[in-house]
Amino acid sequence: MSVITLHYDVPGDDFTRAGEASGDVKAHLKKLGFSPEVIRNTVIALYEGEINMVIHAGGGRIDVDIDPDAISMVLSDDGPGIPDVELAMKEGYSTAPDNVRALGFGAGMGLPNIKKYTDEMVIDTLVGKGTTMRLKVYTNR
Amino acid sequence: MTVREIQNILSAEVICGGDCLDREVSEACGSDMMSDVLAFVKQQAVLLTGLVNPQVIRTAEMMDMKCVVFVRGKRPDRDMTELAKSLGMVLLSTSHPMFSSCGMLYENGLRGGESK
Repeated sequence: MSVITLHYDVPGDDFTRAGEASGDVKAHLKKLGFSPEVIRNTVIALYEGEINMVIHAGGGRIDVDIDPDAISMVLSDDGPGIPDVELAMKEGYSTAPDNVRALGFGAGMGLPNIKKYTDEMVIDTLVGKGTTMRLKVYTNR
Repeated sequence: MTVREIQNILSAEVICGGDCLDREVSEACGSDMMSDVLAFVKQQAVLLTGLVNPQVIRTAEMMDMKCVVFVRGKRPDRDMTELAKSLGMVLLSTSHPMFSSCGMLYENGLRGGESK
């Protein structure tokens, strides 16, 4: 299998569409025959990232490289950045507004969940400029 | 337990997926907080919720869930139903509230599973 590259522009103004990219990635991974565990870990992390983009950053971009050994994801946005990454990684810490909580998110589980379900997670963030998150899920775990 | 048994126990209306009611399910979870559903991967096949928005269907999709039960008479809108149909998911709606719905299913043998 050669490397498959997918790109998505995530709109920031429509919460109802959040998850479309993750759903499409899931369909690709299923078609390619990856294990249910690899698929689930990948798409939960990606979905949390996609939701974060819509909630906090006004949308962004997702690039996914699928190869037989690993699924690599780069999520980038031009949002406000994360002032304190260590704090944001703590379970239960959230800056999401009440209207987001009413939609079932904003429990402060997003970044911890992403960490939990991926093998590699690197966050580059600059306040006022945006955030880039690089994630990797190994397929032979 | 089958999805049909869940439907009968909760006197639920089938919104979509009526041809998939014989699916076997062994574990369920009840939550209005999708972040929590995503945080604790088990083998749940059923989500009970009082929340009604497309992210409920998306969350169930990411978790490989087979059935979503809307409690307290809540009903999904057309877009949610179409999304669920495209994913082969069963949607049910029951007039029972969350606590009672979970209790009735538990009493009949459905479990929450152990978190990993």
